[in-house]
Order: sequence, then structure tokens, then C-alpha cells
Amino acid sequence: MEIPYAVKPRPDTGLYNAKVGIWLFLASEVMLFGALFCSYILMRVNAPEGTWPHHWLNIWLGMTNTIVLILSSVTVVLGWASLKMGKFGHYKFYQGITILCALIFLGIKSFEYRDKFIHYQVNLKDGRIADGHLIKAETTTNVVALEGRWIDTNKMEELYNPPLEHSETPPIIIPRSDIKTMENYGPWHHTYTAIYFCMTGLHGLHVLIGAIVIFAIWGPLAKVWEQDPERYINRVEVSGLFWHFVDLVWIFLFPVLYLL
Amino acid sequence: MSDHPSSTPGLHVDEHTIQEMHHHIRRYLIVGVALAIGTGLTVWASLINFGSREINIVVALIIASGKAFLVAGFFMHLISEKKMIYAVLAFTAFFFTGLLFLTLWSMAHDSIIQIRV
Repeated sequence: MEIPYAVKPRPDTGLYNAKVGIWLFLASEVMLFGALFCSYILMRVNAPEGTWPHHWLNIWLGMTNTIVLILSSVTVVLGWASLKMGKFGHYKFYQGITILCALIFLGIKSFEYRDKFIHYQVNLKDGRIADGHLIKAETTTNVVALEGRWIDTNKMEELYNPPLEHSETPPIIIPRSDIKTMENYGPWHHTYTAIYFCMTGLHGLHVLIGAIVIFAIWGPLAKVWEQDPERYINRVEVSGLFWHFVDLVWIFLFPVLYLL
Repeated sequence: MSDHPSSTPGLHVDEHTIQEMHHHIRRYLIVGVALAIGTGLTVWASLINFGSREINIVVALIIASGKAFLVAGFFMHLISEKKMIYAVLAFTAFFFTGLLFLTLWSMAHDSIIQIRV
């Protein structure tokens, strides 16, 4: 028995099953990300004065990723429009760019994550604080080498508001015997890094899943186009709606985490 | 790679559909450019001191909301969607607003939600 309205829209609602399904799913996603944005608001508002970080992330990398996602959203709709006109080759080209954009986005995000995992705050036994990126080549069992700066303990706000422009400074070499604690900028470092990794990690997972689905429809499932083109167009539309939602979430994540 | 509109069996593509899609494509490209400009505007506004950080936050969220409207309205076709989708989104908006309200309420000093120690 054939499932009704799997391809053709139901006359009274004007919608086929998958479209209703994806919108209900996106509604639940709004609540999921909404809860995380509310958590962010609570953490930020309740953070002690001057301890909420600014410019811990590279604005230009974040902006590049935003442009990449916008471009991918454009190619998704162009691909869908191409299919509506029966131009399968054009669709393949546009969705190929979408998949490439997804990979670029994830690549840049991975680079940003790595940057945080090699970024250390080193608290010394004499009370001084050093902050910077680990220089692996110069770090030994006896010393830790950082490319960064010393923090004036009377101006702790410098730790949370680093200057936008980096000046060239010689490496900081710290004997391990002088180190009291040493921690990288992972999720455990600060409530900001916790919510940053949580939100961008979940968003990145959505990008990955969206890219896999788009790739599956674009590649292995492309034969459906020959057998049932309307069903194929519906699949592309539904996966596109999910992709646009992912773009929509990033539109808010970018200013909230990178700029404010 | 075949790009003749009539080459796919089972898919009816008429001249009206093609014209409509060309119209859509022009719109998508304009929206894409607007989104890129909006992104540049967001970064530019964040680097300007409006006098207080609160104003910077409001400006950034206004621009982000405008961009979100463009994506939802044009790419997701919400400006011309079916009533049932609007109904689903109305429920979502209701509960999302409630969630935000609860968040703000919990931050009020005399809130019954706030945990007292």
C-alpha cells in the first residue's frame, strides 16, 4: 500500500508529508537552540563585572565562516530552482558547491578549536600570569614556551579583553618548577568557553549531518531523479530547509559569541 | 550532463514555471548579497563605540534579526508559505517567547524561581 501524500501535497493543507515533518522538527530545534541561548544570557548577565571575555575569538575567521554559510544557502536554493526547471546538471554543480562550503566551514571551525586547545593560561607560584599559545618545538620536560604576553595582575581585565592587534614579542620561557597551574582554553576553562564549545559544537554537528544528507541526495540517491523527479525535488527542498535553519542559527551565534 | 528542461520523464516543466524560477533566482541572488552586506555591517557596528555595550548588543541583534528574516522569508519561503506551517511556527514562537520570559523572570531579584541561599 502506498503512503498517501508522500510526494503530492494533501489538497486541504497544500503540503506533502516530509514538509510537515521537517517544519515540526525545526520547531523542536528552535526550542533546543533557544534553551542554549537562554543559558548564554543567564551566564553572561550573572558573570562578575569585567570577567566576561571579549575578542577571545578571531572575528575575521568567524566572518569568513558566516559568508561561507550564506554562500552555501544561496547555492542550495539555486540547486532547488534548477531542479524545478529540470536542469539536473546545474543542480549537481550548485549542490557540489554547497558540500564544499560545508567542508570549508568545518575546516575553519576545526582550526579555531585547535587554536583554543593550544592556548594556555599559566599561573606561576609567585602570582604572575602568562597567557599565550604553546610553542611545541621549544617546550621540553623542563620548560614551557609560550607565544603571548604577561598579564598585569593589577589589570586582570586585560586577560578578558585582549588587544585586537597582536604585537611581535619574544617567546615566554617558563621553568616548569615555577608553574602553579596551567590550563588551556578548553570548555573547562571559563563559562564563556563552556557555552562557546557547547553551542558551536552542537551547531557544527548540525552542519556535518546536513552536509551528509545533502551529499547522500546529491550522490548515492541521485538515481531517484530518473525514477521519480518530484520525490527527488521534495527531498532536496526538505534538506534545504534544514540547511537554511543551520545558517539561521549561525547568524545569531556569530555576533553573540564573536562580537559582543 | 543533460540540461534540457523537458528531458526528464515524469516532470512537467512549462514556460510559466521557468519564468517563475528565473524570478526566484534573481531574488535569491539579491538576498545573498544583502546577507553578505549585513554580515559586514554587523562586524563594522561591533567595532564602533556607541557609548555603551548595551547599545552595541541591541544594534548587533537588530542586524542579525534582519538577516534572519531574509533567510527565513526568502530562502525558506516563509513569506508565501501554507497556513499550517504558520500555525506550527506560531506555537513555536509562543513557547520560545515563554522560554525567554522565564529566563528574564528568573533573573529578577524577587523572583520565586530564583534559588535563595
